[in-house]
Amino acid sequence: MSAAEILTAPERAGHEGASPLLEVEDLAKHWPVRRGLILARQVGTVRAVDGVSFHLRRGETLALVGESGCGKSTTARLVLRLIEPSRGALRFDGEDITALSGASLRRMRRRMQIIFQDPYASLNPRLTVGEAIAEPMLVHGIGDAASRAARVRELLGLVGLASFHAERYPHEFSGGQRQRIGIARALSVQPELIVCDEPVSALDVSIQAQVVNLLKDLQARFGLAYLFIAHDLAVVKHMADRVAVMYLGRIVEIADKRALFADPRHPYTRALLSAIPHPDPARRGRVKPLGGDVPSPMNPPPGCRFHTRCPHAAAICREREPPAVEVAPGHRSACHFARELPPAGLDFSGGLTPAAARRLALFASAGRPAAASV
Amino acid sequence: MREPLLRIEGLRTVFRIPGGEFAAVDGVDLEVPRGRTLGVVGESGCGKSVLSLSVMRLVPPPGRVAAGHVWLEGRDLLALPMEQMRQVRGSRVAMIFQEPMTSLNPVHSVGAQIVEAMRAHDPGASAAALKERAIEALRRVRIPAPERRFEEYPHQLSGGMRQRVMIAMALACSPRLLIADEPTTALDVTVQAQILDLLRELQAETGMSIILITHDLGVVAEMADEVAVMYAGRVVERAAARALFEDPQHPYTLGLLGSVPRLDEERERLLAIEGVVPPPFALPKGCRFHPRCPFAIEACRMAPPALEEIAPGHLAACIRAPVEQSVAA
Repeated sequence: MSAAEILTAPERAGHEGASPLLEVEDLAKHWPVRRGLILARQVGTVRAVDGVSFHLRRGETLALVGESGCGKSTTARLVLRLIEPSRGALRFDGEDITALSGASLRRMRRRMQIIFQDPYASLNPRLTVGEAIAEPMLVHGIGDAASRAARVRELLGLVGLASFHAERYPHEFSGGQRQRIGIARALSVQPELIVCDEPVSALDVSIQAQVVNLLKDLQARFGLAYLFIAHDLAVVKHMADRVAVMYLGRIVEIADKRALFADPRHPYTRALLSAIPHPDPARRGRVKPLGGDVPSPMNPPPGCRFHTRCPHAAAICREREPPAVEVAPGHRSACHFARELPPAGLDFSGGLTPAAARRLALFASAGRPAAASV
Repeated sequence: MREPLLRIEGLRTVFRIPGGEFAAVDGVDLEVPRGRTLGVVGESGCGKSVLSLSVMRLVPPPGRVAAGHVWLEGRDLLALPMEQMRQVRGSRVAMIFQEPMTSLNPVHSVGAQIVEAMRAHDPGASAAALKERAIEALRRVRIPAPERRFEEYPHQLSGGMRQRVMIAMALACSPRLLIADEPTTALDVTVQAQILDLLRELQAETGMSIILITHDLGVVAEMADEVAVMYAGRVVERAAARALFEDPQHPYTLGLLGSVPRLDEERERLLAIEGVVPPPFALPKGCRFHPRCPFAIEACRMAPPALEEIAPGHLAACIRAPVEQSVAA
């Protein structure tokens, strides 16, 4: 699919008339696979990301979802130019950043930051928390020592930590607290875009909720745009405004969150949604597993990449790659039968029982316990 | 009521640390009915994995089971001589883990590892017979082309296939109880659905009981007949699965339910439980959840609450449950 098919003109201009903060067009990353030690011959190519296009508006959250190996994390790193694309264009605030280097790339990076999945691995154990948070400001030459220290204290408060935490080392903190430190560090240079690469998947559920709430609060306060990489669709439904579903290096469906969950128009999206177990035993056994495994990105199937696992696959799917079809404004699906698919038959009704909902409401309104200290 | 397959009584497992010891599992009573699934839910550090290792008598040093009984079909596993316990493992009770790659030996073929496990319990069987049984075991866990897979090495298999191999090995000697410790946590959601489906089918075929250890309330709702919620080494709530989700009693259970985003609901904010799980060597006095509990009162700080029946078959360790009555009072 070409970039022109993916981005329609009104969207390229953004819904509010202003240009989107981030535009990605036909982005690709191909890794050579070599064999042999001395005369390493290239024996194949892993098409980790293979022609991805999307845009992200200011203050908006776009989620990239998909299973391991779909290319979502590679896309995140490409967007920040932490790795170089094999093909495609990146525009940030209207400016082409694909070819930037040196000082101009560094200036651009101040406006885009990243939060990683593993808060244990992403903080330098030899730096105090204060030094870690101040480091990006130092790199970008912002302020002097005193103003940076003041800013660190302010940031610690923003993410729910205390200013005395600045003197401590990462090992003294729990996973959730470390993720807060990572967030403070990303915020330190006042970015407009934060790439969140699975920011809560390594955390316990109760801690996940704290971090998700914090990310939402910060977005409302600073108008941040998030590119939110995740595999948990329930978290995505809670966080995102729009959702792009990836499979084997491609975006197979992209839509507003509500449209995507209410009326998914790609069989893979449907498979993902129906595979999620609901926290409701009354609906046991409704999970319908999708057969098979994800094929190797070194040798993706011809035609539609999903046809080997697709319950709707027909002859055309094995032969021709499906173009992205706009089934509704802003809702595109790369499926030959995007318009003809039968109703998805997904049932998200249910929810909590009245008794459970009443007690949860009491929990929420009963106020903070005295010893809360995260 | 029929005698449960497994009954855990007063189990206490301690770890020695410099300057003392702490209990990772501290006075747990549980029952696993025959042919049913007990879900054990909790966050990291709640003791759910140490609980399962205690049942298998595989607690690594400096840990040890300090007290309690684990009754399996009339025998106390904790009192068995080691030689007999080895026979119980595999033939009566088997276990699968979260990360199948670390449980499989990378330098032996999948088939050789299954054969090895089978030979341990049947030393007299011929190599040909064991190979045939191993291929049958692979077929039973719905692995396509099992004859070819038998020759392959773990790295040649996907995560889902590896977990199927682990299940095949665990079920090779037809155990009555399968302990599954976060069996799908490392898997993608579509593969998780396949594995859960497989476990359910195998349970229906064999009538085995399952202890499913997980942090995922969705997985529990999908699989468990009975549920125990653990917090800081203790069971805080126990009920039939439907009762637990429809009529949750303990504030920690409420907090867990409120902190997972749901597909069937739109909420602006998730209900976060403030604070963190206390480390096992610095547990709060009284109810261990009280520092994080919005319903805590003075009495909660004084004495640990007993696990008491709130409705028939529904137990909760909370003096404030049901919370709507306590708050109104």
